[in-house]
Amino acid sequence: MRTPHLEPASFTLAAGECAGVSGPSGAGKTLLLRALADLDPHEGEVRLDGVPARRIPPPVWRRRVGLLAAESAWWGERVRDHFQGDPAAGLERLGLPAAALDWDVRRLSTGERQRLALLRLLENRPEVLLLDEPTANLDDAGRACVEALIRDYREAGGVAVVWVAHDTDQLARVATHRLRMDAGRLIPVAA
Amino acid sequence: MHLIHLTPLDLGLAALLVLALALFSARVHLDVARPLLIAALRTTVQLLLVGLVLKAVFARVHLLWIGGISLVMLLLAGREVMARQRRRLAGWWGFGVGTLSMFVSSFAVTLLALTVIIGPQPWYQPQYAIPLLGMLLGNTMNGIAIAMDRLTQEAWQQRTVIEGRLLLGHDWGRAIGDIRRDSMRSGLIPIINAMSAAGIVSLPGMMTGQILAGSPPVEAVKYQILIMFLIAAGTGFGTMGAVWMGARRLFDERQRLRLDRLHS
Repeated sequence: MRTPHLEPASFTLAAGECAGVSGPSGAGKTLLLRALADLDPHEGEVRLDGVPARRIPPPVWRRRVGLLAAESAWWGERVRDHFQGDPAAGLERLGLPAAALDWDVRRLSTGERQRLALLRLLENRPEVLLLDEPTANLDDAGRACVEALIRDYREAGGVAVVWVAHDTDQLARVATHRLRMDAGRLIPVAA
Repeated sequence: MHLIHLTPLDLGLAALLVLALALFSARVHLDVARPLLIAALRTTVQLLLVGLVLKAVFARVHLLWIGGISLVMLLLAGREVMARQRRRLAGWWGFGVGTLSMFVSSFAVTLLALTVIIGPQPWYQPQYAIPLLGMLLGNTMNGIAIAMDRLTQEAWQQRTVIEGRLLLGHDWGRAIGDIRRDSMRSGLIPIINAMSAAGIVSLPGMMTGQILAGSPPVEAVKYQILIMFLIAAGTGFGTMGAVWMGARRLFDERQRLRLDRLHS
């Protein structure tokens, strides 16, 4: 698979695995995730359970291969407008009150946005999770909650995760194997 | 009835008002002085030329001739729609989307009015066909230009939201749905305002012209009502068609937002 700013990259991820991707800013980590979610035009092929992406309608693909962008988007007035069901259990696990659903989205802090965006994405029950700096704006406690939630989700559902982060200590904690992105090239890192 | 003729001096006095506006807007750095003056100049030259050729146009009752003139009007209107957008669709799409929508809506409504409602003999009699088409094209052009400008501008600014919705598995129509609705609405606001205010706040131009030229007011009013309805239908359907096509063009076959298809 390749895009204009990305060298050809090829890797396989089994269910339950978590690939930790690190690398300098501008190396193409976000572009890699966007191509995997089929949000940017790219050459090559991405397969899910052996089925190429082009055989799967795009909205279905993006529900099954969920990308959590570094910057989340909110279009409704209340947090509730962005959820299909009631994420009560998730809110509690991430240290957010149940009343958070009635909050005005313009008044969310970046950390709150990040945690709510994760819960919103998990509502789709994605089989592959693509995470772009999912804890960048969180304190230590918040980071631990998010890491634990994603680990449980991955292990319970046999979900594959691609986790992009600058923090290599975090990747050492959460990833089953590591990749490094440098100037558009994806290189495996020996364990 | 006696018609008071306007002298060049009369028109010159009115032109001074536009000139004053241009000077004032330049002083407050509004950046519209140039386009304003150019538009005023164009209106003078274009209308004078049309006045001269309309006599010849009306004299030749021939379907091909009328069709040719209509085509020229359509292409010019299409060019205007394209020129008024800050971020238009790149390539032929920038011209094609607006022009095709105007063609379908304006020509269909004009044909309907000529054949079913007004019914001149023959139906393409230029004295009816050309002014009617002109009114429809002019208004549809405005609606489409406003709506398309809004659509492309908003899509550009709200990229994060559109992509955020795509990422949650919304299809393209849902992802850009709010923007599409707002764009269509903004294209329809001028004609809705015009219909609401007609007769109370404003006397519509066509009717005023007819009355000034000596027609009985009630006849002028009936024509004005007809024209308003035709314009509303033409503008509405034209705007919806253009916005729908334009929005579709912003996404590719894998429903990715393709802002690279906008001319920046």
